[in-house]
Amino acid sequence: MAPKRTPAAASSAAASGSSGPVSAPSPQTTAAPSSLSSGPKTLTTNSSIFDIAHTVWQQYLATTPQRTLLLDAFMAFLVLVGGVQFVYCVLAGNYPFNAFLSGFSAAVGQFVLTASLRMQTSSPSSSTTSGEEGAFADYVFGSLILHFFCINFIN
Amino acid sequence: MAESPTDVLLKGDSGRNTRGLLRFIILATIAAAAVSSRLFSVIRFESIIHEFDPWFNFRATKYLVQNGFYSFWDWFDDRTWHPLGRVTGGTLYPGLMVTSGVIYHVLRFLTFPVDIRNICVLLAPGFSGLTALAMYFLTCEVSPSPSAGLLAAAFMGIVPGYISRSVAGSYDNEAIAIFLLVFTFFLWIKAIKNGSIMWGALAALFYGYMVSAWGGYVFITNLIPLHVFVLLCMGRYSSRVYISYTTWYALGTLASMQIPFVGFLPIRNSDHMSALGVFGLLQLVAFADFVRGFVPGKHFQRLLTTMVILVFGIAFLGLVLLSVSGVIAPWSGRFYSLWDTGYAKIHIPIIASVSEHQPTAWPAFFFDLNFLIWLFPAGVYMCFRDLKDEHVFVIIYSVLASYFAGVMVRLMLTLTPIVCVASALALSSILDTYVFASNGPNPRSKANDDTPSEGLRSARKPEVGITSYLSKAFMLTSVVIYLILFVAHCTWVTSNAYSSPSVVLASRMPDGSQHIIDDYREAYYWLRQNTEHNAKIMSWWDYGYQIGGMADRPTLVDNNTWNNTHIATVGKAMSSREEVSYPILRQHDVDYVLVVFGGLLGYSGDDINKFLWMVRIAEGIWPDEVSERDYFTARGEYRVDDGATPTMRNSLMYKMSYYNYNSLFQPGQAVDRVRGTKLPMEGPQLSTLEEAFTSENWIIRIYKVKDLDNLGRDHGNAMAFDKGHKRKRATKRKGPRVLRTE
Repeated sequence: MAPKRTPAAASSAAASGSSGPVSAPSPQTTAAPSSLSSGPKTLTTNSSIFDIAHTVWQQYLATTPQRTLLLDAFMAFLVLVGGVQFVYCVLAGNYPFNAFLSGFSAAVGQFVLTASLRMQTSSPSSSTTSGEEGAFADYVFGSLILHFFCINFIN
Repeated sequence: MAESPTDVLLKGDSGRNTRGLLRFIILATIAAAAVSSRLFSVIRFESIIHEFDPWFNFRATKYLVQNGFYSFWDWFDDRTWHPLGRVTGGTLYPGLMVTSGVIYHVLRFLTFPVDIRNICVLLAPGFSGLTALAMYFLTCEVSPSPSAGLLAAAFMGIVPGYISRSVAGSYDNEAIAIFLLVFTFFLWIKAIKNGSIMWGALAALFYGYMVSAWGGYVFITNLIPLHVFVLLCMGRYSSRVYISYTTWYALGTLASMQIPFVGFLPIRNSDHMSALGVFGLLQLVAFADFVRGFVPGKHFQRLLTTMVILVFGIAFLGLVLLSVSGVIAPWSGRFYSLWDTGYAKIHIPIIASVSEHQPTAWPAFFFDLNFLIWLFPAGVYMCFRDLKDEHVFVIIYSVLASYFAGVMVRLMLTLTPIVCVASALALSSILDTYVFASNGPNPRSKANDDTPSEGLRSARKPEVGITSYLSKAFMLTSVVIYLILFVAHCTWVTSNAYSSPSVVLASRMPDGSQHIIDDYREAYYWLRQNTEHNAKIMSWWDYGYQIGGMADRPTLVDNNTWNNTHIATVGKAMSSREEVSYPILRQHDVDYVLVVFGGLLGYSGDDINKFLWMVRIAEGIWPDEVSERDYFTARGEYRVDDGATPTMRNSLMYKMSYYNYNSLFQPGQAVDRVRGTKLPMEGPQLSTLEEAFTSENWIIRIYKVKDLDNLGRDHGNAMAFDKGHKRKRATKRKGPRVLRTE
């Protein structure tokens, strides 16, 4: 199983791994599969969902560059913020509905924008025309509009 | 035909500049043509606001300019829908008024002393020039051929389907909305091609502007998600799709919620749910795509199955919960009427009664689009040939818009842009094929720089097939003829069908000179001059906006048909006997009743012809008091002459229309020129109303509601007494009549 997985992991590292400027951690990523294959978990054809999910998690940790991890942490935080607001809305009522909506959609919108930024910066295969600076400028532009609307809507 | 001096201009670097300049000049000319072909009505009549809805927009714009933005936003209008009033600021699409307000203030700032009315009149032509420009950009995104964009812009500039809503003076939401529609689609295609946040955000901004301008924004709200959904189903998911769609949705939804009239609809209304659903779906697809990078195929499948089951379970549960608890509103009535064309007629007569909500007649397609309509399928077919993302968009748009245009006349407007794009694609490919086939690249250039054998072949070939001059000349001539016919048709349609203000009517005198019939303004001006400022005018809802705008008097109902019951009340008052109507009039403080009567002139858009809708709408609320059947004769005819039913002849509308009409004619010779029938010998008698004003051609008749009789008699008896008919008093056996309370 291990030799079968190694090329898959290597290709995945190439597909979703580091882009041009972030080429520094790429030696690490090529090293990662070997350390993984020496680990206790090997995937069989009928391994459980949790095993697969765990492997995905390990792979993710091993292959993602630092800057992208930072973006991911931000996205996780936004999911948390949005989730908390939603739970509050369900439990405590949605009285200032404007406020809830603008808060929630600020979280969702920022999440979506960050995901877009992550896609543009982390995968070289994406066919976007602008470079990293361009992508970041777009991101700032989008965020500004988003928060302008949110503040206007919050009442 | 390209000789050396033109060659210098058309090739290489300077050639690009020349072509750019030419393109600019052509676009400017197209915009100028688009503007000027919409000025027929200003030249024929004058700079005046047309029709019905524009009068409200005009009135609102004046309010905005006079009182500023904030008081416009909080405007509570107590002069419409008496006695209810209308929260106007929160129930309109402010985009149009704000746009012209901004233009007004900018021009004022630049010290152009311009009247707000002229801005309103000329706004639609001005924006049509911009629409042609936006069309050029949109088509250039879809087609590689440079001529397609120019053709599409030219088509869009003069096609009657668009002119019908954008002549000078038709100051309606569509005037700017079509420009915004086309431009939003251009930005969307740009976004999905580039996969950049910026274009997505721009698309969202213009979408927000569109939402503020026209209720038709729902079309964009559903078309873009559908496009994305089809792309997903075709297995074309990419980060470009994710970036552009999610950016557009997140920002666009927030932007649309800024408009008070839209408010929470994007969250609650089912019309908007497809966008939300696709947004959620796209998140899942993106996540799945992300995870797929980490695991081999087989495991990924299992993971995916689990995820799909989980997500669908949660989503289904959530949907059921929300629907049961009533958080998500059901589909709106107008939406149903799009799918079931009979729906509106049965359930919502108020929607069905509007002529622009009727299904489209087939000739209308040719009338509005001329030869574009048969080029349109060819263009759509050509989109299938190289099926890129943007071509998928064109295909979906054309299929949907064709359907909608068949359901409702006024949605022809949304079909028109895509017809222009598709037919420009088809026509430009014909032109490119035939113009360039022999002239430039194929035989001659090869012959010049290749071996003599090629030269031989090219020398043999040009005489046959499409490269021969004969076939080229034939094709080009026929295309040019079609184009000339198109221009002629467009001009004819614009000048004859779409340039009438319908406030001012024109007719020809026997000697061919034009005769202006200005009854509407005469009557509204009479109201303005001779009635109290707060006198309430009751009329059918069609004229509410005009009375508010031109006569500046409070009205009971107007074209913003938000309260069906109130309209039905007016319908009941119009269609009932005087004894029933009078209490209704008293209860609603009505001072004057206005009816439109075309019988003298043969003006067919009058109230007697609209009367059945009043009856139907009233019947919808009071089925046991008003019945449509009673207005038809036993043989099912709708008659106004001797054969008219008693219910018809006693209805207030009939009486008001024909009151005193007999006196114009010899006895027994009174003729209604619209219905083409002779009227009864004896005209109707009115006792609770008195004639206050009748316009020159009798189109508008205004009646004053009499006050209660001083001696407590009912009006019938008082009338009889005044006339000296003592006999009639004997009929009074029932005791004093009291006000009916509902």
